[in-house]
Amino acid sequence: MMLKNLLSEKRAAILERWLDIILESYPADTSNFLRQQKNRFANPVGAAISQGINGLFEELLNGKSSDEISPFLDNVIRIRAVQDFTPSKAVSFIFLLKKVIREVLEKEISENRFSDELSALDADIDNMAMEAFDIYVKCREKLYDIKANEVRRMTFRLLQRANLICELSEQEQELIDIKNLNVKRKEVTK
Amino acid sequence: MAAKLQKPEELLKIDYNKPGNKDWMDTPVEFREGMFCWGAKGKDLKTLELPNARDWSPKEEDWKLPENWKDTILEALADRLSKYRSFRLFMDICVRCGACADKCHFFIGGGDPKNMPVLRAELMRSVYRKYHTTGGKIFGKTAGARELTLDVLKEWWYYFFQCTECRRCSVFCPYGIDTAEITMMGREFLNLLGLNTGWISGPVANCYMKGNHLGLEPHTIKSSIEFFLDDIETVTGIKIEPTFNRKGAEILFVTPSGDLFADPGTYTAMGYLMLFHELGLDYTWSTYASEGGNFGFFTSNEMAKRLNSKIYAEAKRLGVKWILGGECGHMWRVLSQYMDTWNGPADFLEVPKSPITGTVFDNAKSTKMVHVTEFTADLIKNGKLKLDPSRNDHLKVTYHDSCNTARGMGLLEEPRYVLKNVCNHFYEMPDNTIREQTFCCGSGTGLNASENMELRMRGGLPRANAVKHVRDQHGVNMLANICAIDRATLKASMEYWVPDVSVCGTHELVGNALVMKGEKERTQDLRMEPLPGKEGKE
Amino acid sequence: MKILFPFFAVIALILLAFAGIKTANMQFLFGVVIPYAALGIFTLGVIYRVVKWGTSPVPFRIPTTCGQQKSLPWIKQNKIENPSGSLGVIIRMALEVLVFRSLFRNLKTELKEGKVVYGWEKWLWMAGLAFHWSFLIILVRHFRFFMQDVPSVIKIIESLDSFLQVGVPLLYLTDIILLLAVTYLFIRRVYLPQIKYISLAADYFPLFLILGIAVTGVLMRYFFKVHIVGVKVLAMGLVSFTPSIPEGIGALFYVHLFLICVLFAYFPFSKLMHLAGVFMSPTRNLANNSREVRHINPWNYPVHVHTYEEYENDFRDKMKAAGLPVEKE
Repeated sequence: MMLKNLLSEKRAAILERWLDIILESYPADTSNFLRQQKNRFANPVGAAISQGINGLFEELLNGKSSDEISPFLDNVIRIRAVQDFTPSKAVSFIFLLKKVIREVLEKEISENRFSDELSALDADIDNMAMEAFDIYVKCREKLYDIKANEVRRMTFRLLQRANLICELSEQEQELIDIKNLNVKRKEVTK
Repeated sequence: MAAKLQKPEELLKIDYNKPGNKDWMDTPVEFREGMFCWGAKGKDLKTLELPNARDWSPKEEDWKLPENWKDTILEALADRLSKYRSFRLFMDICVRCGACADKCHFFIGGGDPKNMPVLRAELMRSVYRKYHTTGGKIFGKTAGARELTLDVLKEWWYYFFQCTECRRCSVFCPYGIDTAEITMMGREFLNLLGLNTGWISGPVANCYMKGNHLGLEPHTIKSSIEFFLDDIETVTGIKIEPTFNRKGAEILFVTPSGDLFADPGTYTAMGYLMLFHELGLDYTWSTYASEGGNFGFFTSNEMAKRLNSKIYAEAKRLGVKWILGGECGHMWRVLSQYMDTWNGPADFLEVPKSPITGTVFDNAKSTKMVHVTEFTADLIKNGKLKLDPSRNDHLKVTYHDSCNTARGMGLLEEPRYVLKNVCNHFYEMPDNTIREQTFCCGSGTGLNASENMELRMRGGLPRANAVKHVRDQHGVNMLANICAIDRATLKASMEYWVPDVSVCGTHELVGNALVMKGEKERTQDLRMEPLPGKEGKE
Repeated sequence: MKILFPFFAVIALILLAFAGIKTANMQFLFGVVIPYAALGIFTLGVIYRVVKWGTSPVPFRIPTTCGQQKSLPWIKQNKIENPSGSLGVIIRMALEVLVFRSLFRNLKTELKEGKVVYGWEKWLWMAGLAFHWSFLIILVRHFRFFMQDVPSVIKIIESLDSFLQVGVPLLYLTDIILLLAVTYLFIRRVYLPQIKYISLAADYFPLFLILGIAVTGVLMRYFFKVHIVGVKVLAMGLVSFTPSIPEGIGALFYVHLFLICVLFAYFPFSKLMHLAGVFMSPTRNLANNSREVRHINPWNYPVHVHTYEEYENDFRDKMKAAGLPVEKE
């Protein structure tokens, strides 16, 4: 029996245990709120996490289609990036999936020899964690962007008033357009 | 590496309390980065003649409090209990049923138990019990009472500036207990010790001296608006000439200054200018009463009244008949529930009557101040506006009710009516996230600083989540609202949570759809972005 | 501690009454003195508290509006959730007091199979309603002890309450409902971590007390019969201010009575005052008409403002340069 079949069979148990472990990373009152409140709109954090790990698990089993960022991972990390977590704490829940799988499939793993498949899976999980870290950093950068953007929006009109921002003349604009066009052409010919 | 690496599960479980380990009173407040604003500046407090004016930082141990700070607070507590029935009652009658617990956007998005409305209020109640109830005096902690200490004071500061006074909890409370009443009192007490945030006291000082939060001086207000006029001319080919501080105008127009300053609020201001021009409205802007909003309301009752006084004073000086108010949330809570009581009666004004439709706004016959969406809805209903909603066809719009206009006024249908008439694609967010159950933007009551961005993002999550839902379901790409703070802060919240949704004021969409006499064919919207199907026509 | 302290306090109260009757024969104290005292404390205490609330004015008109305001004539106002007149306020308050409107609002949306559906989240509302209404009915039923001829209203209530026609004596439905509801409210407080976190000893004490009252009442009615005629004599004596202690009323009755007395005496000092407080809540009992009728704040006082004159003095030159009109050239 393939490991992935087994994983898919035990899917519910694994996800439940994984969710438990993630929710335990929140303070007691919070984690109970996240656990109990099923309403997606009254409990966006809990909903995003549980939907997120469902999707992630699916991706692990079926393989991710492309190099693009997993929206599931993004949903979970985006939330954890503005909560009281250090970067390591924010992404560590992914590594825990290894432990969860080994716990839930303890018997099967000791009986059968999945070592190749298991190490491939571990590698997938590691990749996911790295991706999570990328997302985390992007989210934090985004926060700083937003701060900067707010200031920019507030000062833009001031600068405009002070004539510090000059509109590009049509000629300049044309030049820029031509330049952009050339760049695009190059990209196409490549 | 010297330090032993922790296993992931150890990392996760580190320094969190296990269930039921500790009572909330034994959990001291911890100031977490990104969750609070910087302290008020001494010079601003001085301008406002507020007590204990000095520079201070909430991060430092020493808050530079006066010797007798405790007496000051306790005296104020006793005084306000005798002045506000709401406050006294809400100190007494909570049964801690927990119905409010999961209604607060900060608790939902962040999970800090002290952000549950009931517990936020208990921070204050516990002190009240100690000094004002027999049980609290005798049984102390067993009766839920505690001394007012420096730690308690800091905890107050931290959590009373983590409440946006949105009143969502009060909708669900079986006794109507309104956390805003408690937070407002808490902030009033803290202000007696000079413990405001810089982001609030700065705008308040500006507004006091210069007439608006941003500190725009009279000539700057004029030139700001002139910039909009240029943009409007570019888009419509029409030159608009509004007036300022003009005596004898029929209507005084007051709107939050934020809309004169930062996108996307500026587009809303353009919408007003276009609408009033098209109507030929006899109205004027004021540079003295150039602020509809009121950050004084987030400071103390007295400060709010001091700032608010300018609106009636200016209406009287200019001799207008009535006042028209722009799109803003807390501004309207103040205008509808406080202004007349503080600074009325406005007997020098007339009951507002639309010069275009003749409609008399009886619902505002005492305050003499009409909300611009009431005004516009009436225009549309009476067929006085020529609208081309297809100019907003590139937008799929949803509408965010501001907390204050929803729960402090009940202005629910007017903006919706306007929106449905100026755009063809309108979708509501899920029921328990709109109207009286609307979620706060997460940054109201002067919490829209940048140093507390994490707090804002957490608080904004419930709203953003509902927006995301309609984006996924209907492809919504524009979040309309009627609040200047929303326009500034939802922009940030969307950027983080739902990046492909923009934010606009309702009158920006009115401006887009408004067919003006003598206008050129429109190829751009107010943001100077090409209209669909009109790309490259110019 | 928060749970155990009130629990043992109630146990101690029970033992106190039991010992007082069984060992010290203090029937007069528990049957006459304490009930009068408790009723006195209750009446005076409630009046005191309400008057105290009443002496604090309502400076601002701050209803929490939960529906469409009254504005343009063609926009339908929600006259109950956002009342602009007294009738609307009365209906709003009646709904709040009689059927707990706001708690009922506790509606939840759930995502099921990709669709938003409205889930049912009204346990607290149901338990609260069941508890308060059954308590009221039980209270009204007890009036039969205080009247020579039992009025027909009470008889009707009794017959409705026992419509199941089970048991001898007939089982009252409200007895069961009250016990279940109080138990639910208690379990909820212990089981839900958020609620447990916010709960105080003062939240558990009344629950235990009411549970004690209900259990002793049930025991008396269905299991260990007390001398019911004696109870009525005692009750009639109390209301006619000619108290007497009939022989042969069991100690259980005195325990029941004592717990009720404690509840009454405790009432004015506790959160139970929400009974009166709910009527005075300014976010609910005011019409949303502050734009139409000026609300007066009795302590409104003049404040220091920055006048237009001062403003123009600060900026006159700049205003003139920008072509803005000024008062003084």
